[in-house]
Amino acid sequence: MAYQRYDYEVIASWIQPGERVLDLGCGDGSLLKYLADVRQVRGYGVENEPDRMLASIRNGINVLQLDLEQGLAGIEDDAFDHVIMSLSLQAIHNTQGILAEMLRVGHEAVVSFPNFAYWRHRQAIINGRMPVSESLPHQWYNTPNVRFFTIADFEALCEQEGIAIREGLAFDEGKVVVEEPNFLASVALYRLGRDR
Amino acid sequence: MTTAASVGVVSPSLARFDTPLALRSGQTLPGFELVYETYGQLNADRSNAVLVCHALSGSHHLAGTYADAPGNVGWWDNLIGPGKPLDTDRFFVIGVNNLGGCYGSSGPLQINPATGKPWGADFPFVTVEDWVDSQARLADHLGIARFAAVVGGSLGGMQAMNWAIQYPDRIAHAVVIASAPKLTAQNIAFNEVARQAILKDPDFHGGHYYAHGVVPARGLAQARMVGHITYLSDDSMDEKFGRRLRHGKPIYSYEVEFEVESYLRYQGEKFSGFFDANTYLLTTKALDYYDPAAGTGGDLTQALSVAQADFLVISFSTDWRFSPGRSKEIVNALVHSDKRVSYAEIDCPAGHDSFLLDDPLYHGVLRAYFDNIAV
Repeated sequence: MAYQRYDYEVIASWIQPGERVLDLGCGDGSLLKYLADVRQVRGYGVENEPDRMLASIRNGINVLQLDLEQGLAGIEDDAFDHVIMSLSLQAIHNTQGILAEMLRVGHEAVVSFPNFAYWRHRQAIINGRMPVSESLPHQWYNTPNVRFFTIADFEALCEQEGIAIREGLAFDEGKVVVEEPNFLASVALYRLGRDR
Repeated sequence: MTTAASVGVVSPSLARFDTPLALRSGQTLPGFELVYETYGQLNADRSNAVLVCHALSGSHHLAGTYADAPGNVGWWDNLIGPGKPLDTDRFFVIGVNNLGGCYGSSGPLQINPATGKPWGADFPFVTVEDWVDSQARLADHLGIARFAAVVGGSLGGMQAMNWAIQYPDRIAHAVVIASAPKLTAQNIAFNEVARQAILKDPDFHGGHYYAHGVVPARGLAQARMVGHITYLSDDSMDEKFGRRLRHGKPIYSYEVEFEVESYLRYQGEKFSGFFDANTYLLTTKALDYYDPAAGTGGDLTQALSVAQADFLVISFSTDWRFSPGRSKEIVNALVHSDKRVSYAEIDCPAGHDSFLLDDPLYHGVLRAYFDNIAV
């Protein structure tokens, strides 16, 4: 789950100075700390896992221990400029619910996730084994991930749910992948909005 | 890392205030006294003071013991001391017995200067706001312009929250534990059962029982029994007592049969032996009246908008008297008024009383938070 610098920089490039942001699955709060440094954002991390919540407090991050499976009830519509979920969407059961919640409480959402259709993952499956890689570092029996989906799957879901893809970038080993991202990229990153 | 230790032997102090204190009830106290204890050293620029506010039955005796009563350990001794999460090597910690209390501060047990007799039921109603005002006087007395933090659990958390509203520039951090933005009808109802038990006790004598040489011990014990049930979780009671019977089988009697009955009677009797019934009445009313959003049309976000402090809000999963949902109301209001806030929901089986225990994650969160407070 280690954040890559390229992930940070792209997210920062999508955020205006001084914005209010919510970072879902904030881990130890390092992304928020980075965004506070380079974009002077104000905001909160959400982290339900006790040790990571504690790590965020140690890092001086505002962290709220909430269960994302229960949505963001209690947070008002449009309370944030951006709601970010970095490499956590695949670990949540209620995929459609949380995407809707992100776009309810935020003007825009930023989502990144591992691409299950990455060529190394395909190769592992062809060889008869579940993929284990930098972006999917766990074994099948201990992975926190509960949803396995591809770049093509995600874009189809956005289409179905009326979610506007404002920008999308795909990466392999920290470099942007332009050609055939669903085959060549290990991680995808999107800026999402609400369709009119 | 230093090893956690006790603050050792401590002794209380008394501060006397001669400027009248206007109370929310409309009454005025011409003067008053507060009993308090301090632990650690106030630093040169007076920036390391932490005020700890007590709940319904607490006192100023937070930590350590007394020379003449080595068994009387402060009620938050597991949190406060050298090397403990609220580290007295760094912080100057203050405990104060609230107005209306029964541990030496002005209250029903003390002498009403106007009559020369104990105040009894004539002691004026006091609110959370009044307590905060009186605590601010104590801060003035100690030369503390701004607290590094104000901390409290339950009713104490309400005081911490209200410090941030009433004196926004005098508090840097507010730590609000197992608390609520106001009581629900159900919660007030429990307090009313407790009060009725006291008020209907034949030994109550309209609150002037001191003159009759008695105390409404039965009523106070019963009040404590009701309260105690609500401070524990269903699971923790079940684990402690289950359906265990004293005699191993039913004896068809109203004597103590179930172990839980024995426990509650013991707790009630013990409590009525040292706590004052008038203080219990006053304090439960302060709980019931508390509603910081009353002045903003019920809008807690607006009520908190004046706050400048950083907040830490903590709840416990099995606390049904002050449930996590109530803490989240505080958190959401703080989020919507753009305040700095962190929220931890500790998975602890002990119900409301969890805030007095030393769950490792709970104390870990407090330690991490206090460690980040610059003094």
